[in-house]
Amino acid sequence: MKSFARRWFLVAGALAIAFGVSPPVAQAQQPIKIGHSMALTGGLGAAGKAALLGLQMWVEDVNAKGGLLGRKVELITYDDQSSPATTPGIYTKLLDVDKVDLLVAPYATVPTGAIMPLVKQRGLLLMGNFSFQVNAKVQHDMWFNNAPWHDASSWSDSYFAIAQRFKLKTVAFLVADQEFAQNLGRGAKEIAARLGLKTVYEQNYPPTTVDFSSMIRAIRAAQPDIVYVMSYPNDSVAIVRSVNEIGVGSSVKLIGGGMVGLQNATVMESLGSMLNGWVNYHSYAPEKTMEFPGVKAFLARYAKKAVEAKVDPLGFYLPPFNYATGQMIEQAVTATKSLDHKVLAKYIRENEMKTIVGDIRYGKEGEWATPRVLMVQFRGVVDKNVEQFRLPGKQVIVGPAKYMTGEALPFDKARK
Amino acid sequence: MIFSFQLLFEATLFGILLGCFYAAVSIGLSVAFGLLDVPHVAHPAVLVLAAYCTYLLGSYGWDPILAGLALMPVFFLFGVALYRFYYETFEKRGTEAGVRGLAFFFGIAFIIEVGLILAFGVDQRLVEADYIGKSLSFGEMRVPLRMLLAFGIALALTAALTLYLSKTFTGRAIKAVAQDEAALRLMGADPVRIKQWAFGIATAVTALAGAMLIIIGPVEPMLDRVYIGRTFCVVVLAGLGSMTGTLAAGLILGISESIVLMHFGASWAPAVAFGLLLVVLGIRPQGLFGR
Repeated sequence: MKSFARRWFLVAGALAIAFGVSPPVAQAQQPIKIGHSMALTGGLGAAGKAALLGLQMWVEDVNAKGGLLGRKVELITYDDQSSPATTPGIYTKLLDVDKVDLLVAPYATVPTGAIMPLVKQRGLLLMGNFSFQVNAKVQHDMWFNNAPWHDASSWSDSYFAIAQRFKLKTVAFLVADQEFAQNLGRGAKEIAARLGLKTVYEQNYPPTTVDFSSMIRAIRAAQPDIVYVMSYPNDSVAIVRSVNEIGVGSSVKLIGGGMVGLQNATVMESLGSMLNGWVNYHSYAPEKTMEFPGVKAFLARYAKKAVEAKVDPLGFYLPPFNYATGQMIEQAVTATKSLDHKVLAKYIRENEMKTIVGDIRYGKEGEWATPRVLMVQFRGVVDKNVEQFRLPGKQVIVGPAKYMTGEALPFDKARK
Repeated sequence: MIFSFQLLFEATLFGILLGCFYAAVSIGLSVAFGLLDVPHVAHPAVLVLAAYCTYLLGSYGWDPILAGLALMPVFFLFGVALYRFYYETFEKRGTEAGVRGLAFFFGIAFIIEVGLILAFGVDQRLVEADYIGKSLSFGEMRVPLRMLLAFGIALALTAALTLYLSKTFTGRAIKAVAQDEAALRLMGADPVRIKQWAFGIATAVTALAGAMLIIIGPVEPMLDRVYIGRTFCVVVLAGLGSMTGTLAAGLILGISESIVLMHFGASWAPAVAFGLLLVVLGIRPQGLFGR
């Protein structure tokens, strides 16, 4: 009898496996898979690696608390090489081969833009990662971009508000010849036109430009009051150096705006005192008005892990926001007790999300309802010291008004 | 568009400085590709590797130029080994070596890129020195010291290589191997050893140029892709194997880029440079200084 029961049990087990029926205990132990691609190499790799660490830290934390819905969370990451050519294939694999439960978008606009048709077609929830206006045309109602802006004007408003406070009249534009930079530049030019500023110099430069001396000399000859720069990391370094070497002229009271890379610790440390006076966008600065619950503790833990992972030691720009993306997923799944994309999207759309980068509410097109692009002015920065940037007062928030920790100083005064 | 003779003068001056930098980063390729006919597409990757080695030595307090000079013997040996491997696996085997050699050097470039990513991460790396971020003033005009340094190094490298290739026995043998390998063999010299030596020199020169690269601006592991077009453009424009031609081609490229950038728009600069290359090749297929 005993032997018959055992044989029956084995046959039943084999049939269950053959027909894909798994016992309830096994199912409960299956992790919730969250899939995404990240720029781990290529032009966006430096920022992407730091961002990934932020997301991994959330996975660690949520699993330490027992996971979501009683299941562990597993993060499936692929390197998209900062390229839009790779992301549609990666996300198709994540959905059809890896069978992920939830998706997080790649870092940045261009790699994300390439997967928007796919997620819309399949009706999937997608948590955005510092993209810019990728949903403006697609109009996918299950897209939620975790970035402190919504449109081009939300990016540059604070910068030009400073120009108004200084009563400045003329502006020069130096903009990288790439889609994202051009979109932002267009937005900035619209604001400048609206404010009645006269454009005295306008230059789009190709991404392979090695030296900016000629452009800085031309800007100096044009004698603008404001210089709006929209550049990528290597260009940003070259531009700051050229301005330090050649000088941009005493007419310039406000310079900076949209320079990618000046948020990166290695770049900030190397440029040191050359940064003084520049006003540039940021997502976070260690100032009093930015003390959201949990962010300081996160950055302290991140700093230790960053050394081991060889990523940006400060981690102000992307990592807290990537951790916050995880927190939003956690809040939505816990509240709805569901992994259904429509249910989760409805929850995120209708509720305030509590994160370490502040409370977030989503508005139209799945962007932050209240944007918060910070303009910070570098002040009192000394050479060869990365630790100084952890202290308040080195990146003074000079806009928007709600988060200001100091009035902007004219460029020449802030450099003294 | 802003135009003044003062700006034109400054654009020309900065073009000369920029052109010298282009010549400095291309001169190693001029030896490897121009003289030896080796399809060394990994040249820009070796350049970036040298820049990272300079960064590494810089983190121990070395001056970047001193680091570049110290790296030259190491890179010479690396070049010798690289050529030997290329010769044994590809060149020795016959006529299809060129195409397969191209794949080999692409492979080397990818290995260097990935190695740099694993060792240093993907962050931009910079070096610090007293002459970086400073300038020399000539009245109203300020000239960046780092660009003057590129100017000096390019002139020194061109002069040293020209003298070496024309005045020494090995130098003349390198030129001979470029012209007629069989004749050189009949004279009792071993062309493979000569080419190996020359490739070592080309790689050693690239070490100093790599130091120059990180002095001029930040580097990241995939920066080689920006320089592949420019370096080959300079070498082909010069006429394969001409050292003074490489300097002249670098200057032409730098000056045309600088003037076009200042007066017609930066987006036109690369198009004009490569357009110039097409025109020159149309008129003189052997390049400006080629025979």
